[in-house]
Order: sequence, then structure tokens, then C-alpha cells
Amino acid sequence: MPDMEETIPIKDEYDIVTARSAGKTIASSTGFGLVDQTRISTAISELARNILRYAGTGTVYVRQVTADGRNGIEVVAGDQGPGIANLDLAMTDGHTTGGGLGAGLPGTKRLMDDFEIDTEVGRGTIVTTRKWVQ
Amino acid sequence: MQGAYEKIPVLKIGDFLITSIQVALHDRLALGLQDDILAKIQETNAKGLIIDVTAIDVLDSFITRILVEIAKMANIMGVKTVLVGMQPAIAITLVEFGMELTGIETALNLEKGLELLEKISQEEYGDI
Ligand SMILES: Nc1ncnc2c1ncn2[C@@H]1O[C@H](COP(=O)(O)OP(=O)(O)OP(=O)(O)O)[C@@H](O)[C@H]1O
Ligand SMILES: [Mg+2]
Repeated sequence: MPDMEETIPIKDEYDIVTARSAGKTIASSTGFGLVDQTRISTAISELARNILRYAGTGTVYVRQVTADGRNGIEVVAGDQGPGIANLDLAMTDGHTTGGGLGAGLPGTKRLMDDFEIDTEVGRGTIVTTRKWVQ
Repeated sequence: MQGAYEKIPVLKIGDFLITSIQVALHDRLALGLQDDILAKIQETNAKGLIIDVTAIDVLDSFITRILVEIAKMANIMGVKTVLVGMQPAIAITLVEFGMELTGIETALNLEKGLELLEKISQEEYGDI
């Protein structure tokens, strides 16, 4: 069953729309209900926007996954931007270096089931997040 | 170029402005809508604003912030904003995410939204 996947290069604001609707389509065929589809596409929107805002360009990769007999969706948002110096701070509600609300990363974590960030200053950031069909 | 001439119409009906978002909102479109609404408020002396989001299937923090900002600025100009038709899935996601629609009234649909605006503007302006 895990066979749908989509790679969306992020370079302008239109790509954010493309990424979140690709996510919604894949989420829907994975078996997620409407609320989960909305959670997933909102998460993708936030991650894609961070790429655009902080790294300029990057990639959002969405695919179906299975583990322990469960179906799910995995979103990997990667860039080769400046990286995140203080990850704890970045994950704190309200912390922003970009004039936002600082809600993107902590909010995304709440919307999804698994959430990991791999980041290195000067090299880039990879956010990997998953959600499982209940 | 994609979206270069896209625009979301803002209509004046009676004392109220009504805009219905029927396309996937990208940033520039949302910012353009904000400008158009504020210009229209100034032009028309409208008393209320309805933003119909029935067709929107995803709201992210950026778009939500713009909606809140539109309502805030409209309020400064004496215009109350009612958001109508928000899908339950979006409302749930907004709350979990931690985004708040502060300062915006909401109503189930266009009809209810109009009723609410009528009520608010009667209280504010006292005209029957
Ligand atoms: N891809 C990235 N590359 C570099 N820094 C990042 C990246 N994503 C997030 N950050 C850093 O983490 C901080 C928190 O991100 P988060 O998305 O939570 O909030 P925000 O983008 O500042 O505001 P909001 O998302 O509410 O508009 C950012 O201010 C930025 O400093
Ligand atoms: Mg962000």
C-alpha cells in the first residue's frame, strides 16, 4: 500500500499551496479522515513556509508509510539554509526570529504524531514528521 | 504567470461588504484581499464585513494572521467583521495548533452572518 509519494520543491509561495494540496490528496488516499487531512496539510503549510522564510529554498517530500501494520503519512521538509542554533528555543511557543508568532514548529508538533528535527548551523534543517491512521 | 491577475471580489450589498474566498489562498492573494477590503471600506462607508470561508479547506498561520489583521483594521475603521462557513475540521485544527481568531466574530453561514451583522450594527448605530 505505501506507494504514493510526492516531492515538491519549495521556492516561492505558490509551492506552499502545491505542497499542502499534494499532502491532502495523499492523506485522503491513505485513509485519513477530514480532520486529520486538515491537520496534515496545515503542518505541511507551516514547514514549507519556514523553508521559504528562513532558508529561501528547499524541498517537501510526502509519502505513505507503514509500520506495525499501521498506515500513515510521512512529511520530510528539508533545506540547506542557516540551520537552527537553539532548537529548544525554536520549539517554544512564541519564539520567533522571523517576525512570526513562533507558533509554526510547536503547533506542527501538536498536529502530528511523530516529530523530529535534524539541524546544523550553516548546513540546514530537516524536519521529519509522521501521522498514523487511527 | 500563475495568479498574476487573480483577485478575490469584494461586493457591497446594502450596508455590508461581502467577500467569498473561492480559491486556494496564497500569500499575495491574501495580502491583496486585505488591501482591497480596506480600500472598499473607505470608499463605501460600509458598516459590516462578511468573509465567507466555506470553500477554504486549509488555513495556516500566515493566512489566519491576515484574517485577524483584516478584522482588526476594519474594526479601527468602524466596521465589524464576521467570518462565515468555517469548516469544522479547520476550526479543530486552528485550536489544536494554537492559532486564535481574536477579534473576529464567526457564524455558521452567510445568512446567520448577515443576521449577526444587522444585530451588531443596530446596537452600534441605533438605526432600525
Ligand atoms: N527551516 C528553518 N531554517 C532555519 N531556522 C528555522 C527553520 N524553521 C524554523 N526556524 C527557526 O525556528 C523559529 C521558530 O519557528 P516557528 O515556525 O515555530 O515560528 P516562526 O516561523 O518564527 O513564526 P510562525 O511560524 O508562527 O509564523 C523561527 O523563528 C526560526 O528562527
Ligand atoms: Mg514558522
